Amino acid sequence: MLDSALELLRLQSAGEVSAVEIAQKALDAIEASQPRHHSFTFVDREGALRVAKSVDQRRAAGEDLGPLAGVPVAVKDVLCTQDMPTTCSSEMLRDFRPPYDATVVERLRRADAVIVGKTNMDEFAMGASTETSAFGITRNPWDTDRTPGGSSGGAAAAVAAGTVPLSLGTDTGGSIRQPSAFCGVTGLKPTYGRVSRYGLVAFASSLDQVGPIAWSADECALLLYTIAGFEPRDSTSLDQPVPDYAAATKSKDLRGLKIGLLRESLDAEGISHSVRAAVRDAIKVLADLGAEIIDVELPHREYWVPTYYVIAPSEASSNLSRYDGAHYGHRASEGVTDLLSMYCRSRAEGFGDEVKRRIMVGTYALSEGYADEYYNKALKVRRLIRGDYDAAFSQVDLLLGPVTPTPAFKLGEKVDDPIQMYLCDLFTVGANLAGVPAISLPGGFDEQGLPVGIQLQGPPLEEGRLLFVASAFQSATDHHTRRPTP
Amino acid sequence: MSKLSTTTIIGLEVHVQLKTESKLFCGCSTQFGRPPNTQVCPVCLGLPGALPVINEAAVELAVRAGLAINCSIPPMTKWDRKQYFYPDLPKGYQISQFDLPICADGFLEITDPADPDATRRIGIIRAHLEEDAGKSLHDEASGRGDSRIDLNRCGTPLLEIVSEPDLRTAEEALAYLTKLKETMTHLGVSDCEMQEGSLRVDANVNLHIEQDEHVIATPIVEVKNMNSFRSVAGALHFEAERQLAEWQETGQTIKTRGKRTFGWDDVKEVTYPQREKEESADYRYFPCPDLLPIRIPRERVEQLRQSLGETPDEARQRLQSQHGISIYDADVIVSQGPAMVQYFDTAAMTSGDGKRASSWVQQDVMRTLKEQGTDVESFGVAAEQLGELLAKVDAGDLTNDRARDVFKHLAAHDASVDEAIKALGIESVDSSEIESLVAELLQANPKVVEDVKGGNTKAVGALIGQARKRNPNANPQLVREVALRQIEAS
Repeated sequence: MLDSALELLRLQSAGEVSAVEIAQKALDAIEASQPRHHSFTFVDREGALRVAKSVDQRRAAGEDLGPLAGVPVAVKDVLCTQDMPTTCSSEMLRDFRPPYDATVVERLRRADAVIVGKTNMDEFAMGASTETSAFGITRNPWDTDRTPGGSSGGAAAAVAAGTVPLSLGTDTGGSIRQPSAFCGVTGLKPTYGRVSRYGLVAFASSLDQVGPIAWSADECALLLYTIAGFEPRDSTSLDQPVPDYAAATKSKDLRGLKIGLLRESLDAEGISHSVRAAVRDAIKVLADLGAEIIDVELPHREYWVPTYYVIAPSEASSNLSRYDGAHYGHRASEGVTDLLSMYCRSRAEGFGDEVKRRIMVGTYALSEGYADEYYNKALKVRRLIRGDYDAAFSQVDLLLGPVTPTPAFKLGEKVDDPIQMYLCDLFTVGANLAGVPAISLPGGFDEQGLPVGIQLQGPPLEEGRLLFVASAFQSATDHHTRRPTP
Repeated sequence: MSKLSTTTIIGLEVHVQLKTESKLFCGCSTQFGRPPNTQVCPVCLGLPGALPVINEAAVELAVRAGLAINCSIPPMTKWDRKQYFYPDLPKGYQISQFDLPICADGFLEITDPADPDATRRIGIIRAHLEEDAGKSLHDEASGRGDSRIDLNRCGTPLLEIVSEPDLRTAEEALAYLTKLKETMTHLGVSDCEMQEGSLRVDANVNLHIEQDEHVIATPIVEVKNMNSFRSVAGALHFEAERQLAEWQETGQTIKTRGKRTFGWDDVKEVTYPQREKEESADYRYFPCPDLLPIRIPRERVEQLRQSLGETPDEARQRLQSQHGISIYDADVIVSQGPAMVQYFDTAAMTSGDGKRASSWVQQDVMRTLKEQGTDVESFGVAAEQLGELLAKVDAGDLTNDRARDVFKHLAAHDASVDEAIKALGIESVDSSEIESLVAELLQANPKVVEDVKGGNTKAVGALIGQARKRNPNANPQLVREVALRQIEAS
């Protein structure tokens, strides 16, 4: 029951279940799952039940309710919540409670969603395995020896573990799509600016986006519709109407649609057989639904990862300067003799290794004498990458390819090898650099029963098209209906 | 050793606080002097997740300021982060403008302090928008090294105006600052109150020393902490002497020593070295990804140029030619700002007597404004009323003294000029009444009659005072005329 928001809405309207019963079920499921998976950093039992109760009362009184009334939703711990801690899974913000809600959180509340808690993540969203969290790892519900991916590992695992039907993640280089692929769920990274970043604790401001994670594209459509739209407090938010995504997913007929296959990515080094097979299967499914499949190239793909790993750390080094112990967050108590030592000690203690590594890389890339060679050059390459996407979308309506080179890897396998970890982003960072929307959806399973994802990428603001094609794909496949054995 | 010829090379960096209601990137008030940390929000506190949104009013003020100092306004300007750690900078970076400032390539013309008939053109490299930092209050006296941070000022819009190193003396620097302040206040762009920090000056200064037909440049020193124009002059004079002495002692030149930062001690009247800046700090500027570049349409720039109104110089010239007042008087009025210029304009035109209006505006109006602690926009005596009153004085219907009574009444009451005159019981005195009053007085003062007849017409003045005692509404001019006529006829 907890795997479909649409079902929960229907059951409530039919009077078959109350919001409080749903919330209780979700809280029980979280309690049962936490010791095994540790998807959450914080669970708001009282808050969830209070909101659920109010939904029930208002329903009984015949009042109008929001589009997510009584639906349990998990929120990644990088999004500000006024009534819950917002830690970014960092020691630095262990006790931080923001005095305000992120725009997306505000919109969830306005939609009468029941926010059950905050999900675990890589520290400050830097990582691809949720292993850099200061508060412990998250385990993949399909195989608890494996990572759920990252950085939105908790968000994807929370859905896969059956604790909530909807989950909010964030994606800077693949942080929604890669964990969705690893956890066998559907996750969408919207167009840059489609969803407001106000209240999203910044990692790399020009790349960060908030997006939905759920079992299916139809469920993602529901959540995206709630959170998308213009926010005057965010200058990078797009002032464009939000289409009815649910309506967009009605048709399952793909005739007339041209899908570009990123064939070259299937030959990439280190790509596993199961991933290649999933994409090949998807070609067949989509073609059967009427789509025309054409080979397409994004010529600068080999520069995606290097470009990303200059731009993202550069912005991060700046965005994370504010955590200096002076105003909020962790402040060192020992070894502090003056201002400089207060800064150094507080940051040394408050940040983990991966965060420090990226701050150092970014600081270097922006330094006088190096900025032209690194940061400014990366900006130029980014323009070329955008150009590649523009050219591709002048030929085709969507792009099809893999999400990750492999299914979920073992916990501990890459945690000491940053380069291997960074290569997890091989196929995902392009959409962030170009600012285009992309969706990861279940495309099959490998011989060990691990989920494998496929990725569709679309032109700016064509989330509706992505959801339409993903929904059609899911009408013809059952990968998204498979569940891990509890 | 031959006598050295030195030239002081001065460039000024002036920060003016733009007169907006709210801060540059959030809706918090910019009001000065509020209790610490009461005018803050997640945005100006730099809380995680908060984002800046540009205040359009600040952009318009910056463009107006730029146009007034003859800058070009590029079609596109953008925001950059200037990064450094300090407790009064909660984000760890300041949002500023690095390579595409909102205003570029301007100049300001000043009167040459060495020659009142000559002007000097001082180049302006650029003027850019940036957010202010908060205030650190260091309690060093307590010996505990405690610092208190007030973030009210954080995010207040500043325009940093950078001059070319075109200034050659402290006097020129003062003339430039005075002109800049006058231009900014006249436009309503800034209050330019150095005491409140809405005008801040940093000076870059060094010497060019001529020796054996070579010019040697001393190392550049940036002087900070100058809290008044007087401090600026003091610091520049002191630096010129100090640098010469230092060069004579050490021989260091611009090639052997980098730029240093000095502070100015207002009490000891000396500059002193602050932190050493041997290498320029690396601020790691990069474009702020939270803000879009600003495109300023050419039509908007032209609209703003049209709406600038006259410059202080233009106003001074016009007041002289249009109302026939002196350069000195025009200067006093213009220095009070455009509202006062407009007040004077109206009063002068309504009364038809520019000189009288000028004298009243400078004395009665300005004094009363000061007493009431108000400004001319909210002053109780409308410019039209003053004009009407002065026209009556011109026509001889009222004496200056009685007009002053009426003016005081108007300043304190909501009344028309006629109502005020009536309320004060002022009636113009019938000439036959004056005739009989003067006849009586002449009879009582034979000495005056005798003196006047003896050629001392001034003696008649004694009668005027007496006449006004008997009837305060008696017009002294009329009394004088009637008295002289009656004496002549007697």
